[in-house]
Amino acid sequence: MNGVEDITIIGVGQTAIEREKPADTFADMAYEAVTKALDDAGMSIDDIDNIVTTSNDFWDGRTISSMAVNDAVGAGLGKNITTVEGDGTFSAFYGMCRILSGSYKNSLIVTHVKGSISDNIHITNGIFDPIYMRPIGLDSLNTAALQMRRYMAKYGISEEQCAKVSVKNHANALKNPYAQIKKTFTLEDVMDSRLIADPLKLLDCSPISDGAAAVIISGEESAKKHKNAVKVRGVGYCADAYFLGDRDLADANALDMAASRAYESAEIVDPLSEIDVAEVYDAFSYMELMWYEGLGFCAPGGGGKLIDRGVTEMDGKLPVNPSGGLLSGHPVITGGLIRLIEACLQVRGDAGDHQVKGVKTALAHGVNGACGQSHCVWIVGR
Amino acid sequence: MTNQGVDLLTINSGEAEQPFCYTVGLEGSKFLTEIRDNKRFVGIKCPKCGKVYVPPRKVCGPCFTEMTEWVPVKDEGYLHSYTILRFAFLDPETGKEKPVPYGYAFIRLDGADTDFQHYVEIKDEKKVKIGARVRAVFEEKRAGKITDVKHFVVID
Repeated sequence: MNGVEDITIIGVGQTAIEREKPADTFADMAYEAVTKALDDAGMSIDDIDNIVTTSNDFWDGRTISSMAVNDAVGAGLGKNITTVEGDGTFSAFYGMCRILSGSYKNSLIVTHVKGSISDNIHITNGIFDPIYMRPIGLDSLNTAALQMRRYMAKYGISEEQCAKVSVKNHANALKNPYAQIKKTFTLEDVMDSRLIADPLKLLDCSPISDGAAAVIISGEESAKKHKNAVKVRGVGYCADAYFLGDRDLADANALDMAASRAYESAEIVDPLSEIDVAEVYDAFSYMELMWYEGLGFCAPGGGGKLIDRGVTEMDGKLPVNPSGGLLSGHPVITGGLIRLIEACLQVRGDAGDHQVKGVKTALAHGVNGACGQSHCVWIVGR
Repeated sequence: MTNQGVDLLTINSGEAEQPFCYTVGLEGSKFLTEIRDNKRFVGIKCPKCGKVYVPPRKVCGPCFTEMTEWVPVKDEGYLHSYTILRFAFLDPETGKEKPVPYGYAFIRLDGADTDFQHYVEIKDEKKVKIGARVRAVFEEKRAGKITDVKHFVVID
């Protein structure tokens, strides 16, 4: 066992993303994703030797929530199961590291969230420092608005350019059977949608969602010849300061560093030319433009022009979020793992109606923390 | 809602509360005490990179160095970013609705190198813009909390 070149993703599974799943408990959702991933890989739970789960205690409304799905993810009695806090891309990173340690062969990664059962404002207010930030009511929406304004001011990005991301991703979602919101929106629809915390409008924001996802990562030599085999070519991971006021929120410095590490491993020099499709964490429309810059698809401040030129449209040079992204359904925690699943499906040619032609190299991106505090970037390919 | 003829139930978490008593720490206590007793802001300076942090804390993250040098910071500064809230959120602290519109801002206080987050008063929206000069307004009765600062007002 040497490095990521020995790592293969051989199974993926996701539930439909929905505004609420009243018939499914946390465990039910996790079980659905796991059984789909096992079926996809042609494996049984006995082939799995370790499991990494990820959830969020605030959203679950209980502590150690990630261990509460023990039965549903097949840990049973005696199988090694552990937990990562954050987004699913980070749990996949850990699942991969466990294989690279030499102790395990096949890692099952499972994430779940139910956004429907609590108040998003209170939950995301809980992200923040209880002494200085929480008492004044900061949450995921108003901090995003502060970041959007900062980004627009620093680089001269327009609200229309941000809105174009929403138009593009919602159009893409029409062809994704798992997407929550399948509706066509025009630029005017987005621009005229209800002002939430200006400059953020309703259709700049991803919705509240329920969903689960699972991925099977293998270090077995035989996995490289698996019918689903998707090679991991590089992974990078980086975090920035916790206090929002310590960062210039207009720049995605942590993403820049995470991407550089992934590109170095994957020997990618010119990401815009060498990557065929990208699934990025578009929790808000403006974020996708910022992530273009952090991922090196363009220079800092170039995100607006990139969307204006149609480069990231389905028929562009580098389609971004052909699945419809998070703007079309945002199960937090699960969001990044779905990006990785979509990247794998694109490489395999199994993305159905939203398949991009001739994908050899795909990028998946996950975020954890307010205003993109930490980022995980995966490069996968044939 | 039903599924396969079964009524799908939900269980409410009820009225139980779990209050926390958060430790503010040495640096935070000095910061909040200065606001409470003297209506003044203080920052803390990294001996290595020279960055002045508001609010203060013990360690400069990028330098991984302990900070002990207190520096005065003005109660005035400029807006580095802002947003105006258009629909009423429940204030997480009080559980009451805040009247709209109201503003949040990143404020770069004179003498600080980080942005301080607080409310900005929205009277004349045209004056609320990036770079606008603002000044802190303090509450009459102060209790050693960040909300001892009522909000910031634009002074341009």
